[in-house]
Amino acid sequence: MVLESAFPAAALPDPFFPQAYRVGSSRRELPDTVTLEIVPLVGRRPAFSPGQFNMLYVFGVGEIAVSLSGDSADAAHFVHTVRDVGAVSKAITKLESGATIGLRGPFGVGWPVEAAQGSDVVIVAGGLGLAPLRPAIYHILANRAHYGQVTILFGSRNPHDMLYRHELEQWRQHLDISIEITVDHADAGWRGNVGVVPALIPRATFDPHSTVALICGPEVMMRYTVRALHEAGVMPERIYLSMERNMKCAIGLCGHCQFGPAFICKDGPVMQFDKIAGIFAIREV
Amino acid sequence: MKGLEHILQEHTFFAGLAPEYSALVAGCARNHRFNAGDYLFREGESANEFFLIRHGKVALEIVAPGQTPIVFATLGEGEIVGAAWLVPPYCWTYDARAVELVRAIGIDAACLRGKCEADHHLGYEMMKRFLPVFVKQLQATQLQILDVYGKR
Repeated sequence: MVLESAFPAAALPDPFFPQAYRVGSSRRELPDTVTLEIVPLVGRRPAFSPGQFNMLYVFGVGEIAVSLSGDSADAAHFVHTVRDVGAVSKAITKLESGATIGLRGPFGVGWPVEAAQGSDVVIVAGGLGLAPLRPAIYHILANRAHYGQVTILFGSRNPHDMLYRHELEQWRQHLDISIEITVDHADAGWRGNVGVVPALIPRATFDPHSTVALICGPEVMMRYTVRALHEAGVMPERIYLSMERNMKCAIGLCGHCQFGPAFICKDGPVMQFDKIAGIFAIREV
Repeated sequence: MKGLEHILQEHTFFAGLAPEYSALVAGCARNHRFNAGDYLFREGESANEFFLIRHGKVALEIVAPGQTPIVFATLGEGEIVGAAWLVPPYCWTYDARAVELVRAIGIDAACLRGKCEADHHLGYEMMKRFLPVFVKQLQATQLQILDVYGKR
């Protein structure tokens, strides 16, 4: 693979050529999870929509798809939160400030933050699933007057594994959004909710007929969440999920991320539930 | 001041219950207030009463000797605490602790069981309300034990 740095990043001369970026900062969120701010070596970073992803390339190791988790309005850098789960992600979590990394993107279809204007918004995140939703939350908070009731429901394994804890506390200070956090297990010192995140849905206040739901997390958690939203009266076409499959080319050519008739990299990762309802629970897909 | 029967009818769990049944249930009910840290019941005690939470949060926890209690669920306004009153030997299998000030309606279990036995329509109404709660709790437990946020 050839590293292309002669062109400004925004020009995207070839979707297969990684652009050279520099790690501006690396912050450890959890023992196995870091957040990187990365800036192009040349030019400005391309614009992105909340929910899109980049392909991050660690030289000599490999390339993986990683959702954007920063503010789309902050043009200075890309932000990615990465958990060490494999060879490439492990290498990314070990990158230090000043390291060079290859990047292709942004790719894919993001959250419907513009189409959701005028509606109530219910955001349901599980574990690291909060990372791809964070740009949508930034966008909604920055344009708060354009949305109805905004509810954020976040589930984590335990209080110690909570992603973006400081930011969650900051969002809690907003009087015009509702945020509920739950953990699967806790000791008696935890004063918050204990239980799975779909169980928060019946307790939340929103108008199901004018609600847009954005969900990201482990697929099993999303299945249960979709059911809970359905029982609450939210229609399938108003539910959006961020899907995950093994993405390679990122432009819908190689077929690695095929999901029924769609490619997650090109037609997703954010998908409208009514479009995938028929294949969502089929294990072979 | 609202009577117990009126409070019961307004509670999510009893929404839509026929007035004659509300009156029967209210005959077994009484108000409770638990301060933060108070226990609604403890593991091993007889399940003489179950609770409808009107306000506040209750933690359900299990204690192993020499270890910190593990909270496996929290329940809030509109929810029900306790199912052991329905199933012999009518004995609690976990602790229920008020995380904050809790206002609840307690339903005398033996009283309600007796009324359900005498009037099976009432018993069926109760079962129709309790069964979905049990199923939801079972589904939540299934998801919990999958440990979906752990590394695959």
